[in-house]
Amino acid sequence: MARSRIFFSPDDRVNAFLTTCPEPEYGTGSLEGLAIAIKDNISTKGIRTTAGSRILEGYVPPYDAHVVSLLLAEGAAIVGKTNMDEFGMGTTTENSGYGPTLNPLDTGRVPGGSSGGSAAAVASGMVRMALGSDTGGSIRCPAAFCGIVGLKPTYGRVSRYGLIAYANSLEQIGPMARTVGETSRLMQVIAGHDPRDSTSIEQPYCHTPDKNIQGRRIGVPEEFFGAGVDPAVAAKVWEAIELLEKKGAEIVTCRMPGMAYALAAYYVTCTSEASSNLARFDGIRYGPAVDTKKSWHEAFQERRGMSFGKEVRRRIMLGTFALSSGYYGKYYAKAQSARQQVKLDFLRLYKEVDVLAGPTMPTIAFRLGEKADPLSMYLSDILTVPANLAGVPAISVPCGTVEGMPVGLQVMGRPFEDEVVIDTAYAYEQAVV
Amino acid sequence: MRMENMSAGSIAGSRSEQSQGHISQAAGSPPLHEADETIIGLEVHCQLDTVTKLFCACSTDYRSDGPNTHTCPVCLGLPGALPKTNKKAVEFALRVAKALNCEVLPESVFSRKNYFYPDLDKAFQISQYDKPLAVGGYLVIEGEDGEKRVRITRVHMEEDPGRLVHKGGVDRARYSLVDYNRAGIPLIEIVTEPDMRSPKEARRFLNKLRTTLEYLSVFDSEKEGSLRVDANISLQPEGWFDHEKKSFKGRNRVEVKNISSYKGVEKALTFEVTRQRNVIRKGQPIEQATRHFVETQGITTASRSKEEEQDYRYFPEPDLCPLRVSSWVERIDLPELPDARRTRFIGQYGCSPNHARTLTGDLKLADFYEKVAAKADPVLSATWVADTLIGELNYRDMGIGSVSPSHLIELVNLVKSKTLTDKNAIEVLRVILDGILGNQPAGTPSQVVARLDLGAADSGTGPAAISEVIKEHPQAVADYESGKKEAFMFLVGQVMKKTKGKADPAELNAMLRKALDGRDK
Repeated sequence: MARSRIFFSPDDRVNAFLTTCPEPEYGTGSLEGLAIAIKDNISTKGIRTTAGSRILEGYVPPYDAHVVSLLLAEGAAIVGKTNMDEFGMGTTTENSGYGPTLNPLDTGRVPGGSSGGSAAAVASGMVRMALGSDTGGSIRCPAAFCGIVGLKPTYGRVSRYGLIAYANSLEQIGPMARTVGETSRLMQVIAGHDPRDSTSIEQPYCHTPDKNIQGRRIGVPEEFFGAGVDPAVAAKVWEAIELLEKKGAEIVTCRMPGMAYALAAYYVTCTSEASSNLARFDGIRYGPAVDTKKSWHEAFQERRGMSFGKEVRRRIMLGTFALSSGYYGKYYAKAQSARQQVKLDFLRLYKEVDVLAGPTMPTIAFRLGEKADPLSMYLSDILTVPANLAGVPAISVPCGTVEGMPVGLQVMGRPFEDEVVIDTAYAYEQAVV
Repeated sequence: MRMENMSAGSIAGSRSEQSQGHISQAAGSPPLHEADETIIGLEVHCQLDTVTKLFCACSTDYRSDGPNTHTCPVCLGLPGALPKTNKKAVEFALRVAKALNCEVLPESVFSRKNYFYPDLDKAFQISQYDKPLAVGGYLVIEGEDGEKRVRITRVHMEEDPGRLVHKGGVDRARYSLVDYNRAGIPLIEIVTEPDMRSPKEARRFLNKLRTTLEYLSVFDSEKEGSLRVDANISLQPEGWFDHEKKSFKGRNRVEVKNISSYKGVEKALTFEVTRQRNVIRKGQPIEQATRHFVETQGITTASRSKEEEQDYRYFPEPDLCPLRVSSWVERIDLPELPDARRTRFIGQYGCSPNHARTLTGDLKLADFYEKVAAKADPVLSATWVADTLIGELNYRDMGIGSVSPSHLIELVNLVKSKTLTDKNAIEVLRVILDGILGNQPAGTPSQVVARLDLGAADSGTGPAAISEVIKEHPQAVADYESGKKEAFMFLVGQVMKKTKGKADPAELNAMLRKALDGRDK
């Protein structure tokens, strides 16, 4: 097969890329010659992959993530690896070990996170499409803050093979693009069964977006418009929902009581899994070498203390504590039953409605440094984590601006009905054009 | 909870607690008594003999290859790689569970056992914790007083870690290297109840377990490091352990880790019995501790207990789905197991119970014997294989695999037809084994017999040799006649020399006596 090259030399003023590939090769296929950026926690053979962490400085994977193989097989040109909160732990991309990414629409603001680099690369026009990953909102939040479209697919729909794990039971790789149509197009390439991922399901995505939503029942949970949600943002989202109603959808307000435990369940689960996932980074196999004159225990403790950022260390400690003997039942096991409650809430609501809608984020993009207090940053994830806890598909699509900054409409669907979620977002997008 | 207790203890004054603890131990624990029982439980780790590793497609046949040559992103624990359970390994483990009479749980779960060690590439081992593959079985062994059941608590699956190579020895190494070839090899851990009452019983259990696993074709005991054992051992007053209402707290048990051979288990436990007896004799308490077996010295040494105290922070492995395989068990057809085969050997071949036990105690040996017994006298074959051959093989540190059954068939048939005396047959066997060992094949038994001229003498050679000896040694004959027994033995020796051992000694004896006594004086 003849291979061609494109030339990629972006004017990256927002620090969206950690690594760029100036002359990537591409083949033939449905994405032929299309410049695609990959979040830096997705393994790319021969291209440095750090997950935004200093502890993986210089790590070059010897293998491609499943999704990367799929992109290459369809002719995509991988043009670079995008900045992110270290290991995905953050909502602003300020927690990167390589400096923050700035929001292309207002460089005094964050692009959201953790897939902030991918969102900024798309929003600034450096690439047409990008891959992100979403553990608790990491695709949808930056999509909302940067005014693009981002889909978190149903858990199991896209292979995680090659995704550097932060919280395995919650996260999915997903597409990010300027439009719903392009997002859907990228989804078509990356979805499908992968025998190497035991949690992957045989359910290919083969779909052309359809804007007809006549008779679709859209549930609007009251909790998505509760305390902490900026009224101006809420108003924009309501406008969007009303527009969908005008186009033939039926709007039903509803309750999601499990939301009360969602954030706690999320943070206990993700930090527990992270504490285990990140234990392998001990300075022996990856990143800067340990001081070999010291004992192994001393050396790896020093390396981990120096190379992990503050937020990562905080989450490792939280997770280690939650899994400790005597505390497991109190925290991890409880979090799993709370998670089950959230899931049941979704399943109950999906008997009445086809999709759920609300804001993606409670506010517009924060100013740089605004969320210095970790707890206030955690709270901003409240609207995105329920979809991860339940494993359901969720999309963020731009729905106007507040103070000149974009607002995201979030649409969540039934498990494995990513198509319906795409169609609903598409219906809105087409209605405002 | 634990933390509250600890802080309460430190506030209330740890001194009084400590002294109370000491008093109760001294008051409750009786002095050493000869009838004190040894209580032993085992945790046995066996490598399952699959073609590929537990969670990836890497080959398990790594022993003769260079370091880190049987690795991939999965078994190296590279960021992003995901495990995928090897169905064959699960089937192997189920065979074991069924053969050990265990109940396979409807749902079992892989969990992460988290700890830092350089040989553990992911810093956690995928193992099973609160939901193991199978529970509650038993294995029948030859106990000190007849057959006994050793109860099996659980059987679970886990992955082997890599291996550290300390350049220049463990203590003096300037650096260590890591080899991940072994990482991801499937293991089963078999945990017993504390049902063994002596180091010898523990060894018998292991031998029986090994044999059973080999009969199931899931384990190869000849592969280096394929078996590792941790043993729990304590000394308790006679009957105390089995008594429901225990009159005192009982002495602490000690866990001996790092035993990697069958003989090592008996050695380590025997050492530990002696050590614990000495401690108790001195009136000191046995501390609950982990000790390491040092194979080269045959002793156990104390581990620094603080370092051993680990909180493994188990939680379900999120990258793997629960195993629901209990229905597979019905489809498993177990092969004939050692006990059944032993019974059959006695019935079908007329083996003595002892021979039958020896022969069926090793799969390859049992298969070898059946090949011989099919074409030679089964009872005579049993003696030759179980007694003579094994002795000669052990002496040379050889395995049964190096000998061809056809050699034994021929040898036994030569003995049976009296073409070869027992003594010379052993000689032939030795020549053949030495030939194999020296890589200079000696040929078939008949070829060896012909080359060394060891064939049994025909009936004419005996009388001829006797009359020659009588003629050549008149003094000895005279001594015999005057009643000296030594003279007879001397004459027998001379006759044997002349017949080169080919004649049957008993026959010769009788002939010589007859010749001497019937002489014309």
